Amino acid sequence: MVQSVGTNAPRLDCHDKLTGRTKYLDDLDIPHCWFGGVVYSSIPYGRIIKINFDPSFDWGSVVTCTFKDIPGKNNTVFLTQDQPILAEEYVKHVGEAIVLVAAPTKEILSQARSHIHIEYAASVPVLTIEQAKDKATLISGKDNILAQYCINKGDLDVGFKEAAVVIEGEYQTGFHEHAYIETQAMAAVPRTDGGLTVMGSLQCPYYVLKTLVSVLNCGADRVNVRQLPMGGSFGGKEDYPSLLGSYVALLAKKSGRPVKLIYSREDDIIMSTKRHPSIVKHKTGVKKDGTLTAMEINVEFNGGAYATMSPVVLSRGVIHAAGPYRCDHVRSTAVCYATHNVPCGAFRGFGVPQTIFAIEAHMDKIAEALGINPLKLRAKNCLKLGDTTQTKQLLRESVGAAQCLDTVAKGCSFEKKWQAYRRQNQAARGKKNIQKGIGLALYMHGGAFTGSGESVMKTEAGLMLQKDGVVRVLTGCTEMGQGAHTVLPQIVADTLGIPLKCVYCEVPDTDLVPDSGPTVASRTTMIVGWLLTQCAASFKERLFEFIARTYRVEKTALKLVRASFVSGSKRITDFKTAANDYLSKVGELKVIERYKLPPYIQWDPATHIGDAYPAYSWAADVAEVSVDMDTFEVTVDKMTIAVELGRAINPVLVKGQMEGGTLQALGWALMEDMQIINGHPQNKNLQTYIIPTARDIPDWRVHIIEEPFSYGPMGAKGIGELPLDGGAPAIVNAIYNATGLRITEIPVTPEKLLRQCAKL
Amino acid sequence: MRFLNPSNLHEALTLLSKFPDCKILAGGTDVCVQLRGGGLKPKAILNIWGLNELKNIRDEGRYITIGALSTHTDIIRSPLIHKHIPVLAKACRTIGAVQVQNRGTIGGNVMNASPAGDTLPVLMAYAADVEVTSIAGQRWVPFEGFFTGYRATVVRPGEMVTGFRIAWPPRGERADFIKIGSRKAITISKVMACFRARIEHKKIVGISIAFGSVAPVPLRLKQTEAFLMGRVLTHKTIDEAVNKLASDITPINDIRSTADYRRHCCGVFLRRFLLESLCVS
Ligand SMILES: Cc1cc2nc3c(=O)[nH]c(=O)nc-3n(C[C@H](O)[C@H](O)[C@H](O)COP(=O)(O)OP(=O)(O)OC[C@H]3O[C@@H](n4cnc5c(N)ncnc54)[C@H](O)[C@@H]3O)c2cc1C
Repeated sequence: MVQSVGTNAPRLDCHDKLTGRTKYLDDLDIPHCWFGGVVYSSIPYGRIIKINFDPSFDWGSVVTCTFKDIPGKNNTVFLTQDQPILAEEYVKHVGEAIVLVAAPTKEILSQARSHIHIEYAASVPVLTIEQAKDKATLISGKDNILAQYCINKGDLDVGFKEAAVVIEGEYQTGFHEHAYIETQAMAAVPRTDGGLTVMGSLQCPYYVLKTLVSVLNCGADRVNVRQLPMGGSFGGKEDYPSLLGSYVALLAKKSGRPVKLIYSREDDIIMSTKRHPSIVKHKTGVKKDGTLTAMEINVEFNGGAYATMSPVVLSRGVIHAAGPYRCDHVRSTAVCYATHNVPCGAFRGFGVPQTIFAIEAHMDKIAEALGINPLKLRAKNCLKLGDTTQTKQLLRESVGAAQCLDTVAKGCSFEKKWQAYRRQNQAARGKKNIQKGIGLALYMHGGAFTGSGESVMKTEAGLMLQKDGVVRVLTGCTEMGQGAHTVLPQIVADTLGIPLKCVYCEVPDTDLVPDSGPTVASRTTMIVGWLLTQCAASFKERLFEFIARTYRVEKTALKLVRASFVSGSKRITDFKTAANDYLSKVGELKVIERYKLPPYIQWDPATHIGDAYPAYSWAADVAEVSVDMDTFEVTVDKMTIAVELGRAINPVLVKGQMEGGTLQALGWALMEDMQIINGHPQNKNLQTYIIPTARDIPDWRVHIIEEPFSYGPMGAKGIGELPLDGGAPAIVNAIYNATGLRITEIPVTPEKLLRQCAKL
Repeated sequence: MRFLNPSNLHEALTLLSKFPDCKILAGGTDVCVQLRGGGLKPKAILNIWGLNELKNIRDEGRYITIGALSTHTDIIRSPLIHKHIPVLAKACRTIGAVQVQNRGTIGGNVMNASPAGDTLPVLMAYAADVEVTSIAGQRWVPFEGFFTGYRATVVRPGEMVTGFRIAWPPRGERADFIKIGSRKAITISKVMACFRARIEHKKIVGISIAFGSVAPVPLRLKQTEAFLMGRVLTHKTIDEAVNKLASDITPINDIRSTADYRRHCCGVFLRRFLLESLCVS
């Protein structure tokens, strides 16, 4: 009996957020709390000669930490362990933490920070991919390579022989800032038992815990990590809080007090991770009719000074590099280089926006070369049921790419408009002020961790019965504005057969909830949601046994419908009474289960061949733009989006995700230009780092398509990252349709369009 | 840091004479940003926000006067401005967003003296006079010559700006304000301009062109104006004027835009304004 899934249930956190009741870390008045701060490197690369604590300052009034104060290991614990918590001999990027300070007031903190002077022996930094390849200076290993992959399908030579035309292209993207509203913010509060609570704005409590245990050299019972209400994240609080959490923990340990550390926007932009800049090269063989015969793809990412999430970002990026297209002969190579820039890390899309930008801009170039409409070219090659992806993954079910393409194209008469604009614009060039254009992108995003990642993770989640028939969801999944703490209860409520208002998510605190894996990778609804349906089934089973025993009815005939236990047409009792009875007579009812991957998943991490993801979500975007041909200002008038996500648990939240992510893509495509010169970010705040405002929002049309996935809760797949993948190429392709100017490096600013136009 | 809170203009001027180095705080939309950024560390702040006598927009016979503390919203809503200098309201409407318009003042915009201040080219094109007042009295300074260099003005310690006066624009004049920013709202100008033209029998009998963000100070385009003045407005004149313009401006590359783009847009603006004038004349 479905009641909540499929409805636009309001977000359970929305009332408090809208009325200003929600308390973020900065709002919390923690008694006796000191303020923490970081003194960080002002040079991109060099040796630390000396840290001078100016004797004119009263150092007794504050607490400071250097790497020498670290009781355990001086590094974050991710896939690689190359990133120090605090710099020792060398600094490798501007913004690398060297000294921590805690002080009783913000004023004293700022004075203390300004009385710490670092002396460096500066060296020439490696800043670009080109310089990293040069290997003249080594940052990482013997070759400055943080990660590399090569995916081979078929035989490229054969593929190119079948081709009538070979088309090449190169596409570039730059640093991209998360620009969450709430900057990085963490606090550590000593517990009465001598342990430490570390809390704040973070996506993955168990990631932070793992690093803390290693840094503090203590047992997992000595620290607990708690997520507080969070003002945005977008991946920016996946890996970074492991550093910030360590900072506050070290300061709290040394001072014996609670310590709060909240970055200013400037510190946040200087110190925290960005999206990897990319250079993607395509060489594609096609038949005259548009059939793709060979794809040779080369992906290069600039990873910054430390690996953080780079190996997995690059992996996901390259797996999506061939786009949602069928091709028998593909070779994708990918390398992520170390440079002396701020480390790049997780950012919504996780490497995919870069590679999808490249393939989708390139598809339009191919269409142009062949004289085919971009829609036809995509429709011809689009992946369908029974096809295999470039990793040779057989698509068994839930493949909505073609339907998305068809839906958006029909929704805005793509083909007709594209032809008409093209004709009009060519004729009008130089005569008309405003030219209109329309552009398309087709894309997909794999839900969950890559390959067998989900079984390695040992994802757990659970349910616990409370009095009066309330069910508590036990999961480490965090709410960061995406709606997880509404969608997961919706899934549980329906699986159990009780109203949504009886279900809530426990605060993600490592002392209270199991490790459900990080809240990343578009996995929460699809993986943890699925796991919770299984928990709910066991949970119900236990209650049925109890009811059967108590009321002497046949267990197999029992059902829980609308919060009532029924047997056939007979109502036995209500959920609330049963819950209270259970708790008083039997005791605790708590179910914790572990996730199991669908049995067919086969994955070879070395060759990157096999079932890369349990399932993909698919989408197509059409952007309609107006370009002022005098000033080259671009206005995105309308975005039509069709998304196939298995099942929309909460359609309005799906639309919100699609619109929000597409708006981020719009910013990335047109205005977000993080300029890092000689390792120093130039746009250090939101005055110069330009993100879209409410006025820049286009007219939205979002179409939801549902092709259920057997291993997703009610058929649902992931939707978290997909929305950022397709907007940029759709917009850039629309600009080409409007202007005839093909810009292959985003953001496409008016300045670039003018430069390009002057060249013609 | 002392916080001085005068309750009337006289008190403010007295405090100003006692603390000539204090930082004047009007709406604070620039000052607070600079205080937070750490660049500004005044010994004292003089809060003039409450001085109602500086908030009027009036018809004073030969002039329209605008009190220094008139907010951008006040200007946008003023029927007088609407009727006679609508381009000033147009400029104010592009400043930040509503919150900033409610708080930011025209005096603050001028005294912040950023070349990107959006009201500046308008005041320049209308040859406004600035009322500069100290305890010793007041003086009127023509807008041209008010800025002495990048972020520098003729206002001396102990003085403040109390208002502006603008002579009635002649009848039958066309005017416009054009701005390009990097997005549709809350955007600092990459380049902006104010134009005024009076055309009689196809001949330009009055012309005023002012640009912002293309030099360290807002600029009147003297050479371009001189070229246009008295000429018959034709497509050819427009082409020539656009070519002349380059020698009047010195734009730079910075975080917001490039010199080339700014130069290009100046030409576009001028051409647009003159073409429209040609069409309606
Ligand atoms: C989010 C945001 C967006 C913005 N967008 C724009 C924009 O699009 N265009 C634009 O032009 N500006 C913009 N600004 C800047 C600012 O809002 C304007 O310059 C505004 O007009 C300043 O007025 P204020 O009263 O707030 O000045 P304040 O901040 O109070 O003062 C500014 C300066 O003028 C001095 N001052 C103020 N009044 C007087 C006086 N009567 N006599 C002498 N000195 C005085 C102050 O000492 C200070 O140096 C923006 C600011 C913000 C925060």
